[in-house]
Amino acid sequence: MKHIQTLTNATLKNSAAKGGCGECQTSCQSACKTSCTVANQTCENK
Amino acid sequence: MIHKFKQDDVRIVLDVNSGAVHVVDEIVYDILNYYREKNNDEIIALLAGRYPKESIREAIDEIRTLESEGLLFTEDGYSSHPAFLNRKPVVKALCLHVAHDCNIRCKYCFASQGNFKGERSLMPLDVGKKALDFLIEHSGARKNLEVDFFGGEPLMNFDVVKELVNYGRKREAETGKRFRFTLTTNGVLLNEDNMQYINEHMDNVVLSIDGRKEVNDNMRYTIHGNGTYDMIVPKLLKMAEMRNGKSYYVRGTFTRDNLDFSSDVLHLADLGFKNTSVEPVVAEADKAYAIREEDLDYIFEQYETLAREYVKRHKMGQDFHFFHFMIDLSQGPCVIKRLTGCGAGAEYLAITPEGDIYPCHQFVGNEAFRMGNILHGEFEKELQISFGNAHVYNKEKCNECWAKFYCSGGCHANAYHFHKDIHIPYEIGCQMEKKRIECSLFIQAKLMKGEA
Repeated sequence: MKHIQTLTNATLKNSAAKGGCGECQTSCQSACKTSCTVANQTCENK
Repeated sequence: MIHKFKQDDVRIVLDVNSGAVHVVDEIVYDILNYYREKNNDEIIALLAGRYPKESIREAIDEIRTLESEGLLFTEDGYSSHPAFLNRKPVVKALCLHVAHDCNIRCKYCFASQGNFKGERSLMPLDVGKKALDFLIEHSGARKNLEVDFFGGEPLMNFDVVKELVNYGRKREAETGKRFRFTLTTNGVLLNEDNMQYINEHMDNVVLSIDGRKEVNDNMRYTIHGNGTYDMIVPKLLKMAEMRNGKSYYVRGTFTRDNLDFSSDVLHLADLGFKNTSVEPVVAEADKAYAIREEDLDYIFEQYETLAREYVKRHKMGQDFHFFHFMIDLSQGPCVIKRLTGCGAGAEYLAITPEGDIYPCHQFVGNEAFRMGNILHGEFEKELQISFGNAHVYNKEKCNECWAKFYCSGGCHANAYHFHKDIHIPYEIGCQMEKKRIECSLFIQAKLMKGEA
């Protein structure tokens, strides 16, 4: 494409297929302890 | 739903529901202002004064292609996903308040300078053991369980911490569960012995420091009023060095007293810390150091400054990680996790030295949120279910927000402190979170495009 560069595809949609196992880290535990940013957590079920 | 923004020379379009991220040129960026409301001829007529007609046609075709591939204007269909609908209320993480006491006094402390508005106390070993048993018992089929040794200052009760790690290992062998331990400390009591133990047994270490000496010492001082910076920096550096690839974070707070906090983040990086998290203070609006709405423009500039420097240092091989800029676009958490957020009150609970259960450390001491007591076998399931249902689809503002799959609804405690309702997010927090996400995407775009 000339006008658009896609950095990442439909990762959220794809993640739903095997999502929800719940083994990942609880977001508030990792560093912040006040506000949460969930999107920086790591998936345990890659 | 899409979200588009321009930062420096980069124009980014996020397709909210699919998670696709695109870097676009000026023509596409402008077409998207009209694309859903106008037909091709109308769009060309509107933009013909700025761009060649042929280029506008080409760009519209590219947008249409992405739309047909499910990478733009995707609908949100996750609320009916079986993995979301069939969520079970299991507990998988505990914040263990092993010490409701602290050896320093921080001006902004949400724990009332260590005692959480109660008596100063240390968690007895049997309470800690019962907490780990409680976690195992309520964890269903989850294998990975998390325990954060928290305070106050947990090193004031370090013998109990060590006993609990031993007990956890014993219970792992009996149950097949796996404990991941974290310790959060102000660093004052760190010494050669306990650092070695911590390094060996903790999966993560959170080390508290706010940044530059004058900034840290303004908020974090000893009982006698002396700043802690000089005392803790050598110890925190030693601890960080010892980790040698294992997880740790230096964790600071910025307030209205240091709105130029990008200098504090960079100061921590310059000291040699590789993993940093510096966060806006959570404080009642009447506090002089509380962040106000009028501060936001300046704060946004600070995040932008930090993002530029972050890219620059990564390019130069002097990279460090800033917790809220870390977004893994390809292998981040699944959308189900993103809908349900931090899990406080549902998957994540705080336990006091007396065995009382609260939704998280921020609610400790608020009687209305006491969910029971592990010593008496009480556990309020209705509150757990209520917190579990406080997800983005049940929060009106989140439901229509482009950032919902990145922040996942924000902090329940912030929402409660400001609105007395966990379903109404804290607006100033939302705005800062959105800015951090934009900066994260900007950084990804810069690094992936190979630009300095």
